[in-house]
Amino acid sequence: MTNGTRPTQPAGSAPAFYNNPRFRALFYQLLLVIGIGYLVFLIISNTLANMESRGIQTGFDFLSTTAGFDILMTLVDYDATHTYFDTFIVGLLNTILVGAIGIVLSTIIGFLMGVAYFSSNWLVQRLSVVYVEIFRNIPLLLQIFFWYFAVLAALPSARNSYSLGDAFFLNIRGLYLPKLISEPGAGLVYGSIVAAIIGIFALYRWAKRKQELEGVQLPVLRLSLALLIGLPLLATLLSGIPFTLDYPQLKGFNFRGGITVIPELMALAVALSIYTGAFIAEAVRAGIQAVPHGQTEAARSIGLKDSQIMKLIVVPQAMRVIVPMLNSEYQSLVKNSTLATAIGYPDLFTVFVGTSLNQTGQAIEIVFMTLAVYFAINMTISFTMNWFNSKVSLAERK
Amino acid sequence: MLKQVTMAATGLVLGLSMTAQAGTLEDVQKRGSVSCGVSTGLAGFSQKDEKGKWSGIDVDVCRAVAAAVLGDSDKVQYKPLTAKERFTALQSGEVDMLSRNTTWTLTRDVSLGLNFAGVNYYDGQGFMVSKSLGVSSVNDLDGAAVCIQAGTTTELNLADYFRAHGMKYTAITFDTSDQTRSGFESGRCDVLTSDQSQLYALRIGLKKPSSAMVLPEVISKEPLGPVVRQGDDAWFNVVKWSLAALIEAEFLNVTSSTASKLAKSGTPEQQRLLGNTGDAGSKLGLDAKWAYNIVSQVGNYSEVFERNVGSGSPLKIARGLNAQWNKGGIMYSNPIR
Ligand SMILES: N[C@@H](CCC(=O)N[C@@H](CS)C(=O)NCC(=O)O)C(=O)O
Repeated sequence: MTNGTRPTQPAGSAPAFYNNPRFRALFYQLLLVIGIGYLVFLIISNTLANMESRGIQTGFDFLSTTAGFDILMTLVDYDATHTYFDTFIVGLLNTILVGAIGIVLSTIIGFLMGVAYFSSNWLVQRLSVVYVEIFRNIPLLLQIFFWYFAVLAALPSARNSYSLGDAFFLNIRGLYLPKLISEPGAGLVYGSIVAAIIGIFALYRWAKRKQELEGVQLPVLRLSLALLIGLPLLATLLSGIPFTLDYPQLKGFNFRGGITVIPELMALAVALSIYTGAFIAEAVRAGIQAVPHGQTEAARSIGLKDSQIMKLIVVPQAMRVIVPMLNSEYQSLVKNSTLATAIGYPDLFTVFVGTSLNQTGQAIEIVFMTLAVYFAINMTISFTMNWFNSKVSLAERK
Repeated sequence: MLKQVTMAATGLVLGLSMTAQAGTLEDVQKRGSVSCGVSTGLAGFSQKDEKGKWSGIDVDVCRAVAAAVLGDSDKVQYKPLTAKERFTALQSGEVDMLSRNTTWTLTRDVSLGLNFAGVNYYDGQGFMVSKSLGVSSVNDLDGAAVCIQAGTTTELNLADYFRAHGMKYTAITFDTSDQTRSGFESGRCDVLTSDQSQLYALRIGLKKPSSAMVLPEVISKEPLGPVVRQGDDAWFNVVKWSLAALIEAEFLNVTSSTASKLAKSGTPEQQRLLGNTGDAGSKLGLDAKWAYNIVSQVGNYSEVFERNVGSGSPLKIARGLNAQWNKGGIMYSNPIR
């Protein structure tokens, strides 16, 4: 619309408003929007009318009726007497859980493997190449089945579990961990963890200033770890260990008590992380390769060590290329997590679109709600990553 | 996965947004084939062999409808559907009918815009356990892990039963029967629960069938039958009476091998069923030989039963409830006249 090369109107003869290109452009766009809006309205009203005439129940009333089925893993209180809306929440939380685990693990794996590609150690470098080639090229569904059925088959039954000090158990039904139950006084410990985290941030800023002003480098990592472990430990001892442990115990067929990590969650999280990690490794490799070699040589000539060159010179510049790619990998990971249904991990898709939809038959409402959720999750990822991207690209120009 | 369902839902919206409620019968006649939704593979009910040929007691209902409408029981297009996909596929018009071991319940009949056209197998929910577990009754299963298929009545009955008996369990839910069986075989769960007939079918699919046993208790009523869309009465009638013809043929002692003889020389009832007299066919909008085609090409209900799930099959299920009403069962066809 603001086109510099367009011949300007001769002075004095202002064009009629309908010849004004701005007006025309707006007018046609408005027409299009109205047209599309009308079409959407037609489809919706027609669908509703036809559903009614065919006797298909519509509306969101079903959300408050009793669901009547149980769910394998719930992060909130749930049983068969809860409502369909609760099944939505249970599924949503399980989706967020596996998505968050997947994003963290795939990022760690991806960065390690991406950097390993540049290792001078032949074995490490080959490992990175082989990893990427294998896991990027096998369909994700097969990988999920592999981790689930192959690894399941290798695990012992509940009665013959692998155990560690009678507190940790691993068998075909999952990983059983002791559960920490807090008693009065535990608040002090939780508070100390928060304090430690704030302390680490403060330490980080202080160390940065100190380096800029005096050129002195502090062992930030070691100090942070000391804070993170030392402070809560101190608080625990001071408050007289305000915790008890609930150990898993074999009762009848299965273990009861403690925390259970179901194999479906493990298989799905591992498969998603390893698969997406391969793509992230490629993104990291591309990002690092995009940094001109001259930068490394210049850094070396001023005496930086190899690890410092990576950390201070190469990776910050590579992030400009890596972050936008991470954005789309994270979004794919969340969408791919719907493959959960193949192994019965109770994510939103399995629980809500699977069972709830089938028990109520309200396909349109349920699919609409589910799409809205995945859209919202991916928008959140996108906004966060765009914000992060603007930070890393600014840092480069300084 | 998300894509598939989104597409199905879009299909549902688009299918429903078009105003005309097409007459399925005319569509089928024009197309020259019946599109029938079946399971993804369940021995005895609907299963595809290596050559791509479908067979089973549910498949035979599809074939009966094709024989009645098109005069040829082979003119069926089978669409394998998981429990979760089946109703959307029927509502959106992707299939003309569903014959997929589907339980007739009030919710499904009343609020999904569907009609059940009868019952071709009276079933009930049962449990299968590994023999090594040493369990002999469902009531020993407190605390067990149970494999089930998503989107079934099985999920609901299971929750009801365990709650009513004050027992705990963990439900492990799969999409297809193959996955459910793998879950059971790998030891992920102690128990597999499903309609009892299907347990026998799943059991013979195990690597070592003799290692598993079906517990005696039956905890629910599962009348399984074909389903069509609500609001298309002509097609509803065709499917309903095609199934009835199978059952009535057994009652009247008409078999695939005696049909052609009895059509001319049988009792008045036999002749009426086989279209030699009366006008049942034209009332349904079908050929006069509609039921003759069903019986001569597919057989009567007894032949269908024995061939697929009974003595002529590896399942060896006894007739039980599925015997004719005058032989100790509850299979009963309304009079065809
Ligand atoms: N009759 C029940 C259960 C039907 C059902 O789906 N049973 C499973 C048994 S494991 C099955 O047939 N699966 C075959 C498939 O998924 O194709 C219902 O209508 O909800």
